Amino acid sequence: MDSISFIDFTATTALALFIVGFVGGMVSGFIGSGGAFVMTPAMMTLGVPGIVAVASNICHKFPKSLVGAMKRHKYGQVDVKLGIIMGIFAEAGMLVGKNVMTGIKNTYGDVGTSLYVSVVFVVVLAIVGSFVLRDAWRMHKAEKSGAAEAGHKVTRLARWVQSLHIPGTMMYFDSIKARVSIVIVAPLGFATGMLAATIAVGGFIGVPAMMYILGAPALMASATELVIAFVMGLGGSILYALDGVVDIRLAMIILAGSLFGIQIGAIGTTYVKDAVVKFVMGLIMVIVLFSRFFYVPGYLSNLELIDPIAPSTIATLKMLGDITLVLALATGGLTIVVALIKGMAAHRRKVSVT
Amino acid sequence: MSERKKTAIATAAFGVGSLTLYLLLFSYSDQLVLWAEQTRQGNKLLFLIPIVIAFVFSWVHGNFTGHFWELLGVRAAGKQK
Repeated sequence: MDSISFIDFTATTALALFIVGFVGGMVSGFIGSGGAFVMTPAMMTLGVPGIVAVASNICHKFPKSLVGAMKRHKYGQVDVKLGIIMGIFAEAGMLVGKNVMTGIKNTYGDVGTSLYVSVVFVVVLAIVGSFVLRDAWRMHKAEKSGAAEAGHKVTRLARWVQSLHIPGTMMYFDSIKARVSIVIVAPLGFATGMLAATIAVGGFIGVPAMMYILGAPALMASATELVIAFVMGLGGSILYALDGVVDIRLAMIILAGSLFGIQIGAIGTTYVKDAVVKFVMGLIMVIVLFSRFFYVPGYLSNLELIDPIAPSTIATLKMLGDITLVLALATGGLTIVVALIKGMAAHRRKVSVT
Repeated sequence: MSERKKTAIATAAFGVGSLTLYLLLFSYSDQLVLWAEQTRQGNKLLFLIPIVIAFVFSWVHGNFTGHFWELLGVRAAGKQK
């Protein structure tokens, strides 16, 4: 563990992290999952080793999630029971995920963890991102054509899950408005935790799982994810802090920006429809995916897993990745701000008419 | 008006608190890195430091940012179900 190095703490680093934190927080308050899919890569871009980036992210995430969850609870969007139960199982997933991560670090070093994190990012974002985006597009089309089912629609899979009855394991959840077996909820929580320990964003599994497998509306799923994030974030932070890989300075600077952002994101959700939340989520996932993709050849080359690539090519690829990441940040932030401003204006007009 | 005044006072109070915390964070930056190193070397009880810092910062700074936006007039549309 002694090979771990914390980066130098300069005003530029602090400012960059603050901005990244702000936008990430906004995204997180809006779609529920950490926003860390922007923050982890951004920290790695600043030169923070993969494991420190993930650990520090988790440590800023649990207090931030607590603030966000309390805020959205006020708007009636949080299913506390589902959040805590999934959170507990996520904690177990987190333990397993962290062991995998430490194992990779001990065997292949910092580059190994960076590569592993990047590959998981690309794979998960590709699958979940395209799925969420397709769903948002369908909802948008249905809305435009004035179809009756434009609102929240329970998937066929969720209907089947809700119809399952396993004696002694059934529990009623407010967000789903149905009884669901713990046997179904447990692995979903576990997977959420395992992913969170790896890339600091369990929400990429948690939120879509609550929406498509359990049948919760996107607004409630994203709000409930904040409870899961708090429960497992606290546990995860303790584990990483015990290993001494949490750079609390970085974590708190990100927190400074993200607490401004998360309030805006959470307020934003009260003005938009489910489809907008899904659209923003899918869009950002897909853009971040491309950003990470550019870094992978460099890591592979460093680990001598492929033929060496010229340093200039690696630098160009890295720059392309950085630009794409900024694009993801800007797109997500802008979409939310526009939705918020539009929503607030429409709300004011409605209030002044009535 | 008095509601707005209350928000302004709360924003200022939590703002000063938050600023103080961050100034401390910058001043003790090297010490924090040292504690992390000592945790790695086996002084496991030091893990409490980042956890406690995270809770304190989130409470003070979270209150500040919440009041800050409220003061600027950015509010929720109302309770939704």
